[in-house]
Amino acid sequence: MNTNVSQNASVHTADAEHHDHGEIRTFGFWIYLMSDLVLFSVLFATYAVIGFNSAGGPTGKDLFDLPYLFVETMFLLVSSVAFGLTMIAMHNGKQKQVIIGLIITALLGLGFIGMEINEFVNMIHDGAGPDRSGFLSAFFTLVGTHGAHVTFGIIWIATMIGQIAKSGITEGISSRMMRLSLFWHFLDIVWIGVFSFVYLMHVI
Amino acid sequence: MFGKLTLSDIPYNDPIIMGAVVSASLAGLVIIALITYFKKWPYLWHEWLTSVDHKRIGVMYIVLALVMMLRGFADALMMRGQQAMAAGADHGYLTAHHYDQIFGSHGTIMIIFVAMPFVIGLMNLVIPHQIGARDVAFPVLNSVSFWLTVAGAGLIMISLGVGEFTNAGWFGIAPLFEKTYNPGVGVDYWMWAFQIAGVGSLLSGVNFLVTIVKMRAPGMTWMKLPLFTWTTVTTNVLMILSFPVITGALFLLTLDRYLGMHFFTNDMGGNMMMWNNLFWMWGHPEVYIVVLPSFGIFSEVVATFSRKKLFGYVSLVWATAAIMILSFTVWLHHFFTMGNTVNVNIFFGIATMLIAIPTGVKVYDWLFTMYRGRITFTTPMYWVLGFLTIFVIGGMTGVLMAIPPADFVVHNSLFLIAHFHNMLIPGALFGYFAGFAYWFPKVFGFKLDEKWGKRAFWGWSIGFLVAFMPLYVLGFMGMPRRMAHYDTMAWQPWLIAAAVGALIIGLGILAQGMQIFVSIRDRKKNVDLTGDSWGDGRTLEWMSSSPPPVYNFAVIPKVNELDEWWAMKENGTAYQRPAEYHDIHMPKNVARGPIIGGLVLAFGFAMVWYIWWLAIAAMIGIIATVIIGSSHDDEEYIIPAAEVKRIEDERFEQLAAALEEKKNN
Repeated sequence: MNTNVSQNASVHTADAEHHDHGEIRTFGFWIYLMSDLVLFSVLFATYAVIGFNSAGGPTGKDLFDLPYLFVETMFLLVSSVAFGLTMIAMHNGKQKQVIIGLIITALLGLGFIGMEINEFVNMIHDGAGPDRSGFLSAFFTLVGTHGAHVTFGIIWIATMIGQIAKSGITEGISSRMMRLSLFWHFLDIVWIGVFSFVYLMHVI
Repeated sequence: MFGKLTLSDIPYNDPIIMGAVVSASLAGLVIIALITYFKKWPYLWHEWLTSVDHKRIGVMYIVLALVMMLRGFADALMMRGQQAMAAGADHGYLTAHHYDQIFGSHGTIMIIFVAMPFVIGLMNLVIPHQIGARDVAFPVLNSVSFWLTVAGAGLIMISLGVGEFTNAGWFGIAPLFEKTYNPGVGVDYWMWAFQIAGVGSLLSGVNFLVTIVKMRAPGMTWMKLPLFTWTTVTTNVLMILSFPVITGALFLLTLDRYLGMHFFTNDMGGNMMMWNNLFWMWGHPEVYIVVLPSFGIFSEVVATFSRKKLFGYVSLVWATAAIMILSFTVWLHHFFTMGNTVNVNIFFGIATMLIAIPTGVKVYDWLFTMYRGRITFTTPMYWVLGFLTIFVIGGMTGVLMAIPPADFVVHNSLFLIAHFHNMLIPGALFGYFAGFAYWFPKVFGFKLDEKWGKRAFWGWSIGFLVAFMPLYVLGFMGMPRRMAHYDTMAWQPWLIAAAVGALIIGLGILAQGMQIFVSIRDRKKNVDLTGDSWGDGRTLEWMSSSPPPVYNFAVIPKVNELDEWWAMKENGTAYQRPAEYHDIHMPKNVARGPIIGGLVLAFGFAMVWYIWWLAIAAMIGIIATVIIGSSHDDEEYIIPAAEVKRIEDERFEQLAAALEEKKNN
């Protein structure tokens, strides 16, 4: 073992010292989304297991209104398009367009949430609430968890509107917008699963 | 105003509970009084509680784990005492309802509030160092994760004196934990404490996986990762994929209990067995979450103290990865008796037996590492040898129970209790103790006392054998788990032996307390000036001073070898001063962790007692804290190059003197 404390050997360089924070955060967020996906798969699996246990109460066929759901779905899908356009505007540095884009996205998201709440209220009113049967518990929980995610997404959008209005499009903000966009599109994908698996399968 | 909570929920009239509450509160008050007397609150707040330094968070995690271990061990002593007495006409000193709460809290505490914080604490202490990084990927999130775990632990501690704890076991017995059968707050305490700590663990998993994937020193390719880092990678993957399952399952139970839904009920379309499936889809990977990092520690310790390269590094990595994948395919062996078809049971039985193969590979790798090595028998090495000897017994009983027909005989008997303690105590806990002794000098700058360390080892090992071997026998004699009272007098001698064993383990724990006390008293004698505390360090954490500077590495090392530090010592590039230093960016301390932890604790308590206004207020507070926190981009400070140079110069001066002295000896 060399025990000489020498003064000079410089085998190192400084370039390794700075990690790209934005990239690390995006990667971390991806990992989080994957774990969120596992959470949703638990709810999907639960629905698969007890989704037909209607305990003598109403079934999906009695309750689901596909044309209504088609409009609801369109709100969410169009909101994703709006978010995509917002991101393009952000890359072009157009602050005003970004804020308008975010507002449109949030409004469409609110439309989706509003229709979902309306659907829930009507079902509960008709005696088909979440405590009626295993099927309805699984239904309300899966759809409601997705809705809660969308709601958090809208709060996040509102926060970003505030931050952009205050500080413009900084590096930190565009990195957060990147993650928000991942989140928003992720919710779209989950909704496609909900629509086909929860609604379509029970109506057909 | 206070929801369901009334003064009558505090069990004044139970002397045992009140004794525990009073002694725990007194200990807390003494600590608070001492801190106040010495005016250490500002120091504690600024340097520790709000710290985002992975080393300090690691220390706090391990302190939490050790404190909770005392509580969990007290539960164990109470159960052993009860079962030693409560035969025939004697009904012991505990009521059945109290006993039922104790086995639930023992299990919950030992897994969620001892094993998890201990393992995450060790990751915090070691991982950034081992991969040549200055911190974790998300330092603030790290602090939040820690405080979530503290909040969960706090909730369990509160349940001791306010209300009750679950009587449905640590893994939840469906449908006993449903509102119909369990209208009290016990299950809610368990559910929320578990849920809160689980979210903290999930976030830690994300944090450390990203740290290892993205922040390794240049040149550290995947097959140059030290083994503890590798096992941490696999553990993190397991955490990320399995913790959402328990989060989801507990969420469904919450909906059952709070909104009258029907997920795990036995009527209205619920499915009780779905709980068992969901729970063990997390629960079995969880076993490997707490065990695999221990395997990593054993690998590091064996190589260091045998002064040899780890035998079969590649096979160890693959074995670890194989265990990671297989751990997701065996959950059903926890309920072979559920009434599955034969083929389903066979599939899970074979998958379970398969895990013995990579585990066996590991055992041989460790043995061959020792073979012809120059072994120094330090305390960490004692833990490794004790582990190898005892763990193999547990492994064999595990393979036995993997055979479904055999499992039908011993299912839910004390044989099972003996088996899983035989895996987790040597497999997980001995590993943490080895890691604790092994890395302690790195963190604090002085070694732990060897004499008391070895006494602790003998207390734990002998105590373990005396406490748990009788349980195997009792299992074959047909004694089920969780009995507050029994009439078969033939069981009693074995249960008395087991109680004696628990007391011997108690001596081991006392020796650990003495070890810490003696080591702090004699810290000057065991001081480590070189940073390579054991003289034979192989990996990067031994490169820096002990304790390390806040930035770990003044200059990030370039890695060429698997055992980079060993190689540097061999080829004479160790201990060399870099030509120049640069400014270093470090994360600032923030109060967000303890604030969120406090709010979550309030939220959990409010949910347990149906104090809705407080739950809503706490939730709004949490969201607001996150939103406000997210708008700070400027969360770093700069250590100027000159300051780095000053710290490093001091270090090299100390080092030169220490190395000179070493040469002369």
